[in-house]
Amino acid sequence: MSGVIAKTIHTETPYRKSAESFIQELNTEYKLHSFWWQSHCDDMPTLWIEKHALIPLLLFLKRDIPQPFEMLYDLSAIDERLRVNRGDGTEKQPSSDFTLVYQLLSFTRNLFIRIKVALAENDLSAPTITKVWENANWYEREVWDLFGIDFPGHPHLQRIMMPLTWKGHPLRKDHHARATEVDPFSLSEEKERKEQEALLFRPEDWGMARANKDSEFMFLNLGPNHPSVHGVFRVALQLDGEQVVDAVPDIGYHHRGAEKMAERQAWHTYVPYTDRIDYLGGVMNNLPYVMALEQLAGIKVPERAQMIRVMMCEFFRISSHLVFFGTFAQDVGQMSPVFYMFIDREKLFGIVEAITGGRMHPAWFRIGGVAQDLPQGWDKMVREFLDYMPARLADYDGMVIKNKLLQRRTRGIGVYDTAEAFEWGVTGPGLRATGLDWDLRKKRPYCGYDQFEFEIPSYDGGDCFDRCRVRVDEIWQSLRIIRQCLENMPPGPYKSDHPLTTPPRKGRTMEDIETLIQHFVNNSWGPVIPAGEVCYPIEATKGLNSYQIISDGGTSSYRTRIRTPSFPHLQMIPLMTNGLLIADLIAIIASIDFVMADVDR
Amino acid sequence: MSASVWIILLNVFGVLIVTVVLAAILTWGERRLLGFWQDRPGPNRVGKFGTLQVFADMIKLFFKEDFTPKFADIPVFILAPTVVMATMLIAFAVVPISPNIGVTDLNIGLLFVLAMSSIAVYSVILGGYASNNKYALLGSLRAAAQTVSYEVFMGLSLMGVVMLSGSFNLREIVNAQAEGWFIVPQFLGFFIFFIAGIAESRRTPFDLPEAEHELTAGFHTEYSGMKFGMFFVGEYLAVILISALITTLFLGGWHGPILPPFIWFCLKTALLICLFILLRAAIPRPRYDQLMKFGWKVMLPLALLNLLATAGILLWTA
Repeated sequence: MSGVIAKTIHTETPYRKSAESFIQELNTEYKLHSFWWQSHCDDMPTLWIEKHALIPLLLFLKRDIPQPFEMLYDLSAIDERLRVNRGDGTEKQPSSDFTLVYQLLSFTRNLFIRIKVALAENDLSAPTITKVWENANWYEREVWDLFGIDFPGHPHLQRIMMPLTWKGHPLRKDHHARATEVDPFSLSEEKERKEQEALLFRPEDWGMARANKDSEFMFLNLGPNHPSVHGVFRVALQLDGEQVVDAVPDIGYHHRGAEKMAERQAWHTYVPYTDRIDYLGGVMNNLPYVMALEQLAGIKVPERAQMIRVMMCEFFRISSHLVFFGTFAQDVGQMSPVFYMFIDREKLFGIVEAITGGRMHPAWFRIGGVAQDLPQGWDKMVREFLDYMPARLADYDGMVIKNKLLQRRTRGIGVYDTAEAFEWGVTGPGLRATGLDWDLRKKRPYCGYDQFEFEIPSYDGGDCFDRCRVRVDEIWQSLRIIRQCLENMPPGPYKSDHPLTTPPRKGRTMEDIETLIQHFVNNSWGPVIPAGEVCYPIEATKGLNSYQIISDGGTSSYRTRIRTPSFPHLQMIPLMTNGLLIADLIAIIASIDFVMADVDR
Repeated sequence: MSASVWIILLNVFGVLIVTVVLAAILTWGERRLLGFWQDRPGPNRVGKFGTLQVFADMIKLFFKEDFTPKFADIPVFILAPTVVMATMLIAFAVVPISPNIGVTDLNIGLLFVLAMSSIAVYSVILGGYASNNKYALLGSLRAAAQTVSYEVFMGLSLMGVVMLSGSFNLREIVNAQAEGWFIVPQFLGFFIFFIAGIAESRRTPFDLPEAEHELTAGFHTEYSGMKFGMFFVGEYLAVILISALITTLFLGGWHGPILPPFIWFCLKTALLICLFILLRAAIPRPRYDQLMKFGWKVMLPLALLNLLATAGILLWTA
């Protein structure tokens, strides 16, 4: 019976060795403040540290070591108060009510590292690291908003996801997850007035002057309903004429509490929710989630399933980039390309529909494989698309990329360099447009990407135009990858035989009782994923995307942290736009390529 | 009443009604053409090929709540959209459509048209200003700057034509082209006037006053119902007017072989209107400051050069 409910099987990851050697280095060469190594996190080295030693350690890792950790990849927290499985014996984690999790990335070492800080319930505060990394600003606001952890010294610690008038901190375990758990909602006049009041933008709160010695500034509320902000996103602009003096991006209008929902859904039933994070990325969103669970459960995914996954992901990369390309041209005033590109996208969705049955949100990847095998005739459809697309892309090259007016609008606009990209947590095409050809598919291949031949496009300008070109070149590379999938699709099962595969393959259920039980269990309350922590970053359409999953050995997640690329990207809008015109701001917003669902989650 | 009065009345109301109806039909025609070029159907549901779309739109606009914001400057807010309609329609009075169709022959017809199109811009400026809305204000500021810049060389570009024909009377200008269209000797003038004309009618790529991607709807953000409809029709009237003017000034007006003069005039004008729509489908929008630079640093010197060269050659050959 031991096989029915699986234990954690620590699968070896190729990065474990480099992680261990880094810890060795830290222990021996650099005499540091004491830290504790949480050794059973396979995916990345995890250090626990006292909160007073946090900033010196971060500064040390960022500035003093050779091959430093350039980027604050993620910052979140865990409410540990109800967690049971926190290791045994020497492996037991330090006691903590709330744990802050800092995740750093070193590009030169090709290494992620996780730093945890334990906080007691009666002293929920930690030093702000906004002086160490610029992008910590929003992350700390988010942690304050959702967990109520204070960061003294933060320049503007205000709620970011929830309305300013919200009571409580939603990601705490004692906060309700459903509206039905509290009294019915009612809106009195008094309350309405208060809510309206809270929405007012007061420049003084953000340290903005109402006027300088020459002129009075205009404060323009761009969004949350505006044709060019790609969703419900608001930027409060301080304008001198049409020149942007300063900008305050305001997010949270699209917050659905995806991380909170993960704590109440079963592992398997959460897959459709992931689809809706980056809603242009489709199954690409399923990938980091299911891969993280597979690592936790020790599932080895069959080759065919892996290649199907790669193919579908690249289809969605093309689809997402086509939307970007079209809307980018449209936002600088070119009306037609988006229509042509949506026709291509429609063809692409035809294939996606034939294979998965869905279009934008197929929810098609499963823990341990994919939902179904490829349908008959899939190869013909894919081949037709691969033969059709290059000519169209060549057309767009002449129509958009080579267009002189478009170039004048976007060249030298919204420029940042690689160092600034690191500082602000920019990943994906936005990073590659600064001249660094860093792509996770090449640097830390997952899902069998190491078996494909493709290049990583990069440009040096770091401006809107180059961000567009990188994505267009990526479409070409994705077509190349899909063609390789088409020609080398291996035979075999599309789903693993591991007992935690969900839903399990039904073949043997009527022949032996263990399989029947497992099938029944996985289909009713869902699989029980072994306790542990895991995070599996992937190169999504818009940058690095990962799900940091903590299982407490139950049928649903204890904590799911979704790190999305768009969140930090929006934060640097003021850096890119200050001093430019409104029209440039629109081009910059278009060039970032974000969807609000990916920002707010 | 004598027969001549009837003919005058027929001319007056004929031109008025036909232009307004044409402008209305254009709202459908543009969408169909854009659809054709963009591989999509466009409005094709109401009536055969969607031809009744115009009526559907009109019914919709008439039954929309005609909303006037409380914070607006109400008299000006109401007045603004009527200005563009009125001036554009009045300007048609001097356009000679064929040898015997046309409302009036003003000896300063050309100046009259230019004056009317200059007044039309007040509509945008006042509309934006009276709306008391930030987007509208930015839009009308852009419109003011754009008009000031583009009107200068719009007038200058036509001086070559005036010199060649020796008259400001549009009918005489057409008659002067019986031998050859002015587009040949005055190609530069045609080119400049065409660009200024797009700017004057505020169409892409010169639609910065409304630039929906930047200013939501620019100067008419707060307008709805029939007031918006008037801005809408006003824009199409401007397109027709500019096309008709280019036909008159550079493409020989009604002159042409075989077909009757009236048909020639309509054909040329229609072609130009299509060109306007094609431009909208094809070209991105330049930035505001780029547009200003282009106007003052490229178009104005070119217009002056054209004027100088034409005058020089005329004096030389005289």
